[in-house]
Amino acid sequence: MSAEYIIEMKAVSKSFYGAKVLYDVDFKLKPGEIRGLLGENGAGKSTMMRILNGIYTMDSGQIFVDGEEKHFSLPKDARDAKIAFVHQEIALSGNLTIAQNMFLGLEKTTGKYFVDDVSMREAARASLESLNLNLNVDTLVGTLSVAQQQMVEIAKALMQDARVLVLDEPTAALSEKEVRFLFKQMRRLKEKNVAVIFISHRLNEIEEITDTLTVLRDGHIIADGVPTTGLTSNEIIAMMVGRNVTQFYGSEKPQGTDEIVFEVKELTNSVLDHVSFQLKRGEILGFGGLVGARRTELMSAIFGLDPLESGDIFLHGKKIVNKNPRQAIQNGFGFVSEDRKRNGLILVHSIARNLTMNVTSTFIKGIRYDKRKEKEIVDEYGNKLSIKMSSMEQLCQYLSGGNQQKVVIAKWLASNPAVLIMDEPTRGVDVGAKSEIYQLMSELAKEGISIIMVSSELPELINISSRIAVMHEGKLGKIFDEDEIVQSNADELQKEIMFYATGERE
Amino acid sequence: MGKKENTLKNMFKGVGGAFFALVVMVVVLCVFTNTFATRLNFVNLLKQITCNCLLSFGLTCCLITGFPDLSVGSHVALATVEVCMYQNMGMSLEMSILITLAVGILIGATNGFIYSRTEMPAYIVTLAMQNVLRGIAYVLTNGGAVIVANDVGMKFFKLANATILNWIPYSTIILLIVFLIINTLLKRTVFGRHMYAVGGNSSTAIYSGIDVKNIRLVVYTISGFLAAMAGILTASRVYSGQPTTGVGFEGEAIASAVLGGVSFTGGVGTLSGSLIGILIMGVMSNGMNLLQINYYWQLVVKGIIILVAVYVDQVKRSRTK
Repeated sequence: MSAEYIIEMKAVSKSFYGAKVLYDVDFKLKPGEIRGLLGENGAGKSTMMRILNGIYTMDSGQIFVDGEEKHFSLPKDARDAKIAFVHQEIALSGNLTIAQNMFLGLEKTTGKYFVDDVSMREAARASLESLNLNLNVDTLVGTLSVAQQQMVEIAKALMQDARVLVLDEPTAALSEKEVRFLFKQMRRLKEKNVAVIFISHRLNEIEEITDTLTVLRDGHIIADGVPTTGLTSNEIIAMMVGRNVTQFYGSEKPQGTDEIVFEVKELTNSVLDHVSFQLKRGEILGFGGLVGARRTELMSAIFGLDPLESGDIFLHGKKIVNKNPRQAIQNGFGFVSEDRKRNGLILVHSIARNLTMNVTSTFIKGIRYDKRKEKEIVDEYGNKLSIKMSSMEQLCQYLSGGNQQKVVIAKWLASNPAVLIMDEPTRGVDVGAKSEIYQLMSELAKEGISIIMVSSELPELINISSRIAVMHEGKLGKIFDEDEIVQSNADELQKEIMFYATGERE
Repeated sequence: MGKKENTLKNMFKGVGGAFFALVVMVVVLCVFTNTFATRLNFVNLLKQITCNCLLSFGLTCCLITGFPDLSVGSHVALATVEVCMYQNMGMSLEMSILITLAVGILIGATNGFIYSRTEMPAYIVTLAMQNVLRGIAYVLTNGGAVIVANDVGMKFFKLANATILNWIPYSTIILLIVFLIINTLLKRTVFGRHMYAVGGNSSTAIYSGIDVKNIRLVVYTISGFLAAMAGILTASRVYSGQPTTGVGFEGEAIASAVLGGVSFTGGVGTLSGSLIGILIMGVMSNGMNLLQINYYWQLVVKGIIILVAVYVDQVKRSRTK
């Protein structure tokens, strides 16, 4: 029996401890459709997907798969209904091979107890080949790149004959080139009549790859199944946030003064190749490049996390050394790292603790602990960044991605840096918070802070940066200055940047 | 008044269940035995918890900073041996104590140094040290007990056994002082803040310029110092050096801290919480002795209670998410 819709959710509701997170959600998906699922963090996207995956059970409502009502209470139920998930965080074991991972929990056996490696490797190979992936099934997953691991996850999902594939922010860790590859695969799946649900915070990707959109806001469906073509980015954002975001990227770009605040000359170590650039007061210098361009490594070296073999760093014209982060902070550097959970926050600690971490010694002297001063600091930066918190004692693990990122930025602002390095400042942050962070960055620059921004999102790079530096394999290829950015149109500029990022031009 | 309530609330934040359990235990023992609520037993209880209390304070610091120090049990044994031997070698009591404490600092610093500089897991480093220290204690004594031959005026004996006004043992005063110092360290100093940060997320701490290595070094040094102190007081209480003592003490100390809300994964906990955990473990052993429960069964009961308490705590934590 074949129904019009492969998946139909009717009036699905869900509450957690009295707080309703999904209100009568209706969702319909046709075979062979690529559906974008959009919404700010906390809108209910992941709850909805977890219900579909059998991780959560709904309070009320119905789910039909191919016209037949299903009751999901375990992930296995979803798997049996041929719905496959690729989660944002990769769920593979690094110490097992590709083949072993693909059959984890589904091992084929000879007899009843003995694993049948031969046929598993054979099936894994076939599945990788169907995706045109040139990988050896005996490779340890831990040695693969993030993009490759993701492809293995997708291959694993497809091997189980999935008819619906849910991709939860699959592009967050991918380079531009890898995103292209992923999209190609998604189109192939579409041809095979597989329905894909694609979750992403990147609007340009949504516009490019999806056929239709579902938008969630505060647990309500705002739109379901509307065609993507014909909607402008502003219209999509308006649906998500419920208001018109006219100035998504901030009013105007900071230009910076002629004063050179910071300069590096010929920085070299095992991964960097004679990198030199200057940073002006009050500008945002964007760093573009593909994954593996060594941008984060450059920033780590500047911040004293990684050693340098040669090269000099100058601050306000004076030669300085950042041997370790402590020295870098004392010299006036701040570093918002790309992975806030790992390097930016202490999730089990309060907002106040995290925010004041770099400036503890201003309010604790010996055993004199000035609580009022601590509160002043938290209030000042909490307000400046409009961090949404129930109290300053709230633990960071309960904050949304956007608010967590604001706490990290506030932490670095509190230490009053002259140079603020921001590595992927809007990664995993929802649209509303993204826009706020852009506004903030441009305000900070206007206040005279010099910002270095590493970004893998081209629209962000082009719209936020005063100047754009492009790296390729540890070398700095080109710096686009203000005039070049203003004079070329966005498409031209994107192409130019990609030329240098891929190393085709040096 | 409001403020006072708040501090009280803060003090017991997260350990409400443990505190309640402690009260229930005390009430039950008062009702079902006529020996619990007596002066003699009170003094006894305070003496009994001394050793575990000092070790737990040290382990609370270690756990808050990330990982436990598993060497403290055998460190206690070595310290009991040391303090007696030094006296038998003709040193004064004061000198013997000072040297034992100095050696304690050295042992702790060695743990901390190896762990922080080589980045071998703290479990392994301190587990190895556990064997080393136990071995040294046996080597020094040939496996037998050491008795202090010339305790002038019973000064050594009085250290842990004499009481003030027949109610408060001297050792309890020491506990109070140590509590105040460490509590201040944790709550009111930059160093304390940094300890929590290192345990909460050491990578974030490094990015914030915190000297992770030296904080670990100091914390394990504190633990070594307190273990030596626990050993000295234990030696005084049993009036001998015992190379066989202290087996499993680190487990009891960790359990006390965890019962009191100190997280096993680092970055979370208070010393007042640990104190409640220590009292629970102390009252439990004391009560089971009074109820004449066989020691072997006591171990079984203790183990089960730890499992239940930590499980309850974990369920509570996941609910608040």
